[in-house]
Amino acid sequence: MITVKLSSRRLSSELLREIEELSGQNLYACYQCGKCSAGCPLGFAADLLPHQVIRLLQLGMVKEVFASQAPWLCVACMTCATRCPKGVDVAKVMEAIRAIQLREGRGTLQVFLPPAELVAEAPQLATVSAFRKMSL
Amino acid sequence: MKLAYYPGCTLASKAKAFDQTTRWVAQKLDLELVELPEWQCCGGLVPQLTDAVMGLLAPIRILADAQFISDKLMTLCSFCYNTLKRANLVIQQDEERRQKVVEFLRETQTPKAASQATSSPQSQIPSPLDYDGRVRVVHLLEVLRDDIGFDAVREKVVRPLEGLRVAPYYGCLLLRPPKEIGLDDPEEPTVMEQLLEALGCEVVDFPRKVDCCGSFMIVSRPEIAAQCSTTILRSASSLGAQLLVTSCPLCQFNLDWQQMRMLEANGEISPVPVIYFTQLMALAMGAEPYLLGFEQHLVDPRPVVMECRSAVRREQTDRERIRG
Repeated sequence: MITVKLSSRRLSSELLREIEELSGQNLYACYQCGKCSAGCPLGFAADLLPHQVIRLLQLGMVKEVFASQAPWLCVACMTCATRCPKGVDVAKVMEAIRAIQLREGRGTLQVFLPPAELVAEAPQLATVSAFRKMSL
Repeated sequence: MKLAYYPGCTLASKAKAFDQTTRWVAQKLDLELVELPEWQCCGGLVPQLTDAVMGLLAPIRILADAQFISDKLMTLCSFCYNTLKRANLVIQQDEERRQKVVEFLRETQTPKAASQATSSPQSQIPSPLDYDGRVRVVHLLEVLRDDIGFDAVREKVVRPLEGLRVAPYYGCLLLRPPKEIGLDDPEEPTVMEQLLEALGCEVVDFPRKVDCCGSFMIVSRPEIAAQCSTTILRSASSLGAQLLVTSCPLCQFNLDWQQMRMLEANGEISPVPVIYFTQLMALAMGAEPYLLGFEQHLVDPRPVVMECRSAVRREQTDRERIRG
């Protein structure tokens, strides 16, 4: 069992509003069906699943979400956004979380240096897109 | 039919076979492709945030240039297609951001664009420094289905690929998000299946056809991308596919690279070489082998293709012998 202490201060967090505004998504539309997490191709490698990220945000636990690596793993394949019965685009929420951290210098970012032989061999769109994600 | 054509960075370098075979196929189908005179990278990913402007400049500059050639811009790479189409939608729907983008374009205009603006004042097209989202971004698969028709494709086939078991692999960005892309059904697409049938192939339906291959994670966390690709490859291989076709240079690379590693490690899958759909079209339509670019892939598709063609020939001679 996990005990979560609710606080009105957390729920009225400026950062929560900012995430909603930047992503254009209503976080409270999510009813936790888990369809996003079932289809997420990178869920197996992440410390939080997409529906957990949304749930933590609904509870105002922005700090916990900012400590997670999940938003940095998301490649915006849009499977979650396509399947969400409530029309929540989780990929956009992930992008907003990354953007706030990058713009305000918050949280931690693990930078993985690309292996040289793969950069040489892989199509350049891979390198362009990977760097794009780090420089919103 | 005349279309503006944007190959994109990867088709001009690492995926030359895709570009080469597309141009050849287009010529066969009386499709006039006019490559943009000057183009740059589209940025790879479309910025999705409600306040994003900078990330829209590259795709919109491409579209603003394309309006001089045709009202349709064709592209092939799934990343370019997704980026251009979605950036265009932002321009159509968000007037405030459109004005910001146009402002930037004006400030950074090239001398060529400026001369075009002054040389055609009476034209219907406003100016290269103004853009309102008028160009329609199309994918070759869409053009084949909606404008040319698969029957016309079938008529051009001179080497039907009978008996070749091919699995179409769509990946992410060609289909999603469906509300913005709208190329086909996001879960049960059929456009590539229809094309493969027109080429005479046997279509292998496999459940992983719209899964993600791990995308650009290949350059930051290759082990994670490898796991995504492995699932897709195992699925296609276990269902008896001999070839995978795709329209994305990154899907092609990820699946090709991981497959080579799997084959080298213990050969626990039978090879399913990954090629572009235009390579298969060119093959069926009778292109010279040197044009097909099969040698550019890591897992060589030639043995599979040759085996299929000789099997068909053997069958034909057997049939003739029986008849004779």
